Amino acid sequence: MSSKMQSSNNIAQARRTVQQLRIEANIERIKVSKASADLMNYCSEHAKYDPLLMGIPASENPFKDKKPCTIL
Amino acid sequence: MCDQTFLAITFGPCDNCSQNKPLMNIYLKNEPINYCSLCVELMACQGLAKGETIHTLKAESETLKGKLEEERAKLHDVELHQVAEKIEALGQFVMKTRRTLKGHGNKVLCMDWCRDKRRIVSSSQDGKVIVWDAYTTNKEHAVTMPCTWVMACAYAPSGCAVACGGLDNKCSVYPLSLDKNENLAAKKKSVAMHTNYLSSCSFTNSDMQILTSSGDGTCALWDVESGQLLQSFHGHSADVLSLNLAPSETGNTFVSGGCDKKANVWDMRSGQNVQSFETHESDINSVKYYPSGDAFATGSDDATCRLYDLRADREVAIYSKESIIFGASSVDFSLSGRLLFAGYNDYTINVWDVLKGTRVAILFGHENRVSTVRVSPDGTAFCSGSWDNTLRIWA
Repeated sequence: MSSKMQSSNNIAQARRTVQQLRIEANIERIKVSKASADLMNYCSEHAKYDPLLMGIPASENPFKDKKPCTIL
Repeated sequence: MCDQTFLAITFGPCDNCSQNKPLMNIYLKNEPINYCSLCVELMACQGLAKGETIHTLKAESETLKGKLEEERAKLHDVELHQVAEKIEALGQFVMKTRRTLKGHGNKVLCMDWCRDKRRIVSSSQDGKVIVWDAYTTNKEHAVTMPCTWVMACAYAPSGCAVACGGLDNKCSVYPLSLDKNENLAAKKKSVAMHTNYLSSCSFTNSDMQILTSSGDGTCALWDVESGQLLQSFHGHSADVLSLNLAPSETGNTFVSGGCDKKANVWDMRSGQNVQSFETHESDINSVKYYPSGDAFATGSDDATCRLYDLRADREVAIYSKESIIFGASSVDFSLSGRLLFAGYNDYTINVWDVLKGTRVAILFGHENRVSTVRVSPDGTAFCSGSWDNTLRIWA
């Protein structure tokens, strides 16, 4: 690339960075306390459907070996 | 070859910068020209506005960065783990290796689950891509790629095809046939073309589109049937190592992480980089969305995993310990998002409590670096692949 191309590229790159930062600076944000509360709510609502969290009985987990049945 | 002739229209030397890249065919003053998408954007920015010099632009970018930091700091009223103090701590976890999948002749680099919750595709350094039945540990299909270091593989949502790629700079799709004797390599379709290695690939919600990330610093969205480039994503200043699509309910975005220590969130339709996070101290190896789509986690060579909230626009948690000094290569969430599974280069997998920020379990078993960790679609188990040539299913 010629040096003229490079300097116009530098300006173009700098302008892109500025435009990108303007976009990022203008987005709407919420407080961390609200965001954290939402994450926690999601976890508690879905916790009961999470097999790795709750642990499911071996009979329902295709990967766990089923214990042999004993006949009393 | 038919494939290459077709691709010549959309891939080749750019008229402007002469680099071999995916091209956009545009018209300037009724003349058709082929510019790479980077040059198209640069062209749109050419010409100085009044009073603009490189210095004023640089100064403005510094003030904007400062303003961003200020805005983010204003909303930082509390830490996630403080809010999480009131919930119950998790009990002891007992997770063991339930299946070991042996068959690869060399390091396992990537794996993906099928939506049927039992099939797995994995790829390795020796160029082999194997489809396994995780319940029985049987191998169902095996393909040998023409290149080594197959770093990316993905299962199609329908379960009828797999995509893979690596040092060949391409992403190829292999339709899986029920006939075990059929030569899968014959039906291979080359979809994506990058100018450097393929680091990660993922089907979107259908078998028709694939999203790829590459060592050339870009991500791209491709149409599988035609091989056409639908959208390209520029913004990383170094290799992009990982990408993850937002859970379908939350819309058309994806997150990517790379060697420039940045994690970027992109709008798939416009190609726009909507948010960017740079708090890691080294390469980001893996990115994964939180199940609700409001946050994402990253694993990095700086030995930490971090959680970034998209609506608060900042990092909200760091998962690290002084005793952990090796990089995290791969992360994934459990179904509810309460647990974060992270595979590390010290051969272990650490399980973190996402909300409290503490480690709840450390899993030993692999005899070399853990390169990939994925939870199954129904959350009953997770699979890890390692440089010790095996994959393990834990539950």
